[in-house]
Amino acid sequence: MTTDTLTTPAGPGAPAPGTPLLQASGVTMRFGGLTAVNNVDLTVNTGEIIGLIGPNGAGKTTFFNCLTGLYVPTEGTVTYQGAVLPAKPFKVTQAGIARTFQNIRLFPNMTVLENVIVGRHCRTRQGLLSALLRGPGFRRSEAESRERAMELLAFVGLDGKADHLARNLPYGEQRKLEIARALASDPGLLLLDEPTAGMNPQETRVTEELIFAIRDQGVAVLVIEHDMRFIFNLCDRTAVLVQGQKLVEGDSATVQSDERVIAAYLGTPFEGAPGADEAAEVAAAEEHAAGAAAEPATGAASDGTTEDSAPRTTPASQEDPK
Amino acid sequence: MTTTHPGATERTPVVPLPAGAARAATAVGALATAASTLLAWTWTPEFPGNLTISGYPGGLQVLTLTASLLTLLMTAASYHLPGLRWLLPTGSDNAVALLAAGTFATTWYTLVAISAELGGIVNLEPGGYAAGAASLLTLLAALGLPLDRRTRESLRVKVVPPSRDGGSGHAAALPSRLTYPGRLAAFLAARAYLAVSPRLSFTKRPLKAPAHLPAWGEILVVIAAYAAALGIFTYGIDTSYAELFAGFLLTAVFGVIALAQAGVLARLSAITAHQRPIAVAAAFAAAAAFPFTQSDDQYATIGVNILVFATVALGLNVVVGLAGLLDLGYVAFLGVGAYAAALVSGSPSSRFSSIHFPFWAAVLTGAAAAMVFGVLIGAPTLRLRGDYLAIVTLGFGEIFRIAVLNMDGSSGPQLTGGPNGIHDIPDLKILGFDFGQPHQLGGLSLGRFANYYLLMLLFTVFVVTVFSRASNSRIGRAWIAIREDETAALAMGINGFRLKLLAFALGAGLAGLAGTVQAHVTFTVVPEQYQFAGPVPPNSAFLLAAVVLGGMGTISGPLIGASLLYLIPAKFQFLQNYQLLGFGVALVLLMRFRPEGLIPNRRQQLEYHDDTLPGDTGGPTAATPEKDVVGLTQAGA
Ligand SMILES: Nc1ncnc2c1ncn2[C@@H]1O[C@H](COP(=O)(O)OP(=O)(O)O)[C@@H](O)[C@H]1O
Ligand SMILES: [Mg+2]
Repeated sequence: MTTDTLTTPAGPGAPAPGTPLLQASGVTMRFGGLTAVNNVDLTVNTGEIIGLIGPNGAGKTTFFNCLTGLYVPTEGTVTYQGAVLPAKPFKVTQAGIARTFQNIRLFPNMTVLENVIVGRHCRTRQGLLSALLRGPGFRRSEAESRERAMELLAFVGLDGKADHLARNLPYGEQRKLEIARALASDPGLLLLDEPTAGMNPQETRVTEELIFAIRDQGVAVLVIEHDMRFIFNLCDRTAVLVQGQKLVEGDSATVQSDERVIAAYLGTPFEGAPGADEAAEVAAAEEHAAGAAAEPATGAASDGTTEDSAPRTTPASQEDPK
Repeated sequence: MTTTHPGATERTPVVPLPAGAARAATAVGALATAASTLLAWTWTPEFPGNLTISGYPGGLQVLTLTASLLTLLMTAASYHLPGLRWLLPTGSDNAVALLAAGTFATTWYTLVAISAELGGIVNLEPGGYAAGAASLLTLLAALGLPLDRRTRESLRVKVVPPSRDGGSGHAAALPSRLTYPGRLAAFLAARAYLAVSPRLSFTKRPLKAPAHLPAWGEILVVIAAYAAALGIFTYGIDTSYAELFAGFLLTAVFGVIALAQAGVLARLSAITAHQRPIAVAAAFAAAAAFPFTQSDDQYATIGVNILVFATVALGLNVVVGLAGLLDLGYVAFLGVGAYAAALVSGSPSSRFSSIHFPFWAAVLTGAAAAMVFGVLIGAPTLRLRGDYLAIVTLGFGEIFRIAVLNMDGSSGPQLTGGPNGIHDIPDLKILGFDFGQPHQLGGLSLGRFANYYLLMLLFTVFVVTVFSRASNSRIGRAWIAIREDETAALAMGINGFRLKLLAFALGAGLAGLAGTVQAHVTFTVVPEQYQFAGPVPPNSAFLLAAVVLGGMGTISGPLIGASLLYLIPAKFQFLQNYQLLGFGVALVLLMRFRPEGLIPNRRQQLEYHDDTLPGDTGGPTAATPEKDVVGLTQAGA
């Protein structure tokens, strides 16, 4: 979208901020009859933090999976730094996109340090033979991986727990560890799927700082979140996904004032209420919506099946397709 | 239906006795049991081991004597006697109780075996009664000691009796289809379990700070430990009748658990970790010393078979333990290696009888052939996950056996000799050393199997080295990552398919390596050696069991697992028909009581590191927050 290449570069070697890093165009993902992601375009520029919001079941995670090669999109293309991304997750990571998962997916029986070192996998080269022979190259590479991993653990504040098992970490620290592990692959773009889900307000604020720090290191961030305050504080732009379609995209003011978003997602205009209240409101609105949707279904079965697949702008559209 | 809260402990006796009296009675009982082994337990030498002689112990009495003396020693240590502190670093009386139980079990097993085999308890001499009474007294007294146990309050019981109308508060946990008697039975079973389990579940205690040992002291300890291990192992292999082996197992199992509760094993493993190179050398030396302890070749055969089995199990551990790929047809790779070596061995029944490779070339051929098979089988199947992979590998394992069976020249091309296999495989001659001939070495005679034992030991050492180096590397970590969470591993840039194929190929190659020696040891290779499950290990089921029983992802686990799984059926010939049944029962029990295997993984040990963390109960730590996520998702639904 923005092709403003004239801004000054962030650092030596780094691409100029503002150049398109990731470009998704017309991404569509269908599961049988269900269109989870419908013709979504999104561009992430270098040095940006982009938010992706939408009610549950809107297709945000599915969109992430399409970007990272976990799913092969039914239609559409994704390019990273101008090259079309291969549809293999490990190649996507190699290309420079790292991610975390909505439901934390650490390696539970490995230590914290080992988790991060595994993240270095695609940036190190030592093969089986080198491991068996244990030459100087092997030792050096191991030491380097370890050092870099410790750096990253210090960066997210987990260096004191390097030898703990990942499964024994408290929840918030598991999320941080997942971020450290993702950063270990030296990504140019980091995808975070609900990084503050289940965190308390302090932890959320720390995570916010962490994401800014990551951006300052020259890594662009695309983040899915439910916490509105978090998203609007953090993001340069925010895209709203509803029922698989991108409703609007823009800065916080644009998104907050868009009445379709308000209708579809927020229920009431955003006024800086804390996240917990937000969630409660959304839940209440959706419960109401579910009730509202059930009524016409029982009352008059006039347009039962077609209505569900058609995009709607009523509050009922938040209903999870499940 | 029930929730337990482990962690809280209590120190209470099972049998209500004053602690001082119980301790004294334990010591007296142990001494009396030891003395009773000097008496005659039965009147006729018909019972194996000759327990009729007064004055010195024979057969099973030796085991009772050992166990009771150990009990006595441990009881003395529990009095904090100065020279014995090393024996009880945890200071827990559980160790005493377990040794007393071991003495009791061994003694009573002997008495029951005598009565059963000779037809009635009339066959017991007064000495037998004395032994039985003394060991029972010891056990009861030891159960009067303050044992570390889980508190009963900590087992928070939430078992609510069902009501007839089905409106039980906890009905959700039970299938609603269950009728009232069914629910009542479930309720009673749960109550019975809860009544017993706190009595049985021991707890862990931290070790007291060790007395500082100088380096030479640690080295001596390591050497002594491995010498003791060699002694115990040799005793087990050399047991000449089933009763003695059963007694040996009873004593050994209780002894090992007791030493674990005493903290000796933890202390020992800390010292071994500290003196790693010495420990490795001592382990190797102990293993190499085994054939020298044997006067004839009878038990060296068992030794070499155990080594083959254990080496292959360790190879399987790469596939199962590290990469987490369930391979149920692994024995086929052993077969490929063995057949390849047999074909190029110059055996007259080989298809290529004119070809006689030197051994090193045969080894490379066998390993390479197995590796090629590994890749051929792995390439199409490794795209499957979990159960599907297990089923397909099971199929391929059988396909190998049946294909080999049919390549006899009539049903298919002549390659493997069909059901007759390849026989008369010549003995190896390496640098003029004929493995088929006995050799004198420093006044000791080494027979054919002892020669092969030592050769196989070199291969085992090689496989151990490969395993340990591979697992502690970028590749090994990637395998473990795939085992832990394949999707996350892919997202970390790990080429899942390629690494799984590598694990498969390496595992196959290691099995092939072992196969080349096995072909020479057994003279013949026939398809029946390479079944999914059969009476003689190694077969696929037993290999997998050795890995799981011993401890996945560890080195010593599969070695110990394989030794046990080989020895138990070999010693209990009468079990032959029930072998698979017993094997299944053993696995079920193991999965219930010790899912991590006999030797827990270093990673699983780390779990005990973090006792201080809230909510660290070994279960999902993230349980509460996970619920939050679910809650959020459901709120949106
Ligand atoms: N693998 C799949 N197969 C079928 N349906 C799926 C699959 N993955 C996601 N979906 C469906 O796609 C929709 C979008 O899900 P998701 O992307 O997880 O939503 P969000 O992350 O926005 O909450 C949901 O209705 C979900 O049930
Ligand atoms: Mg999601």
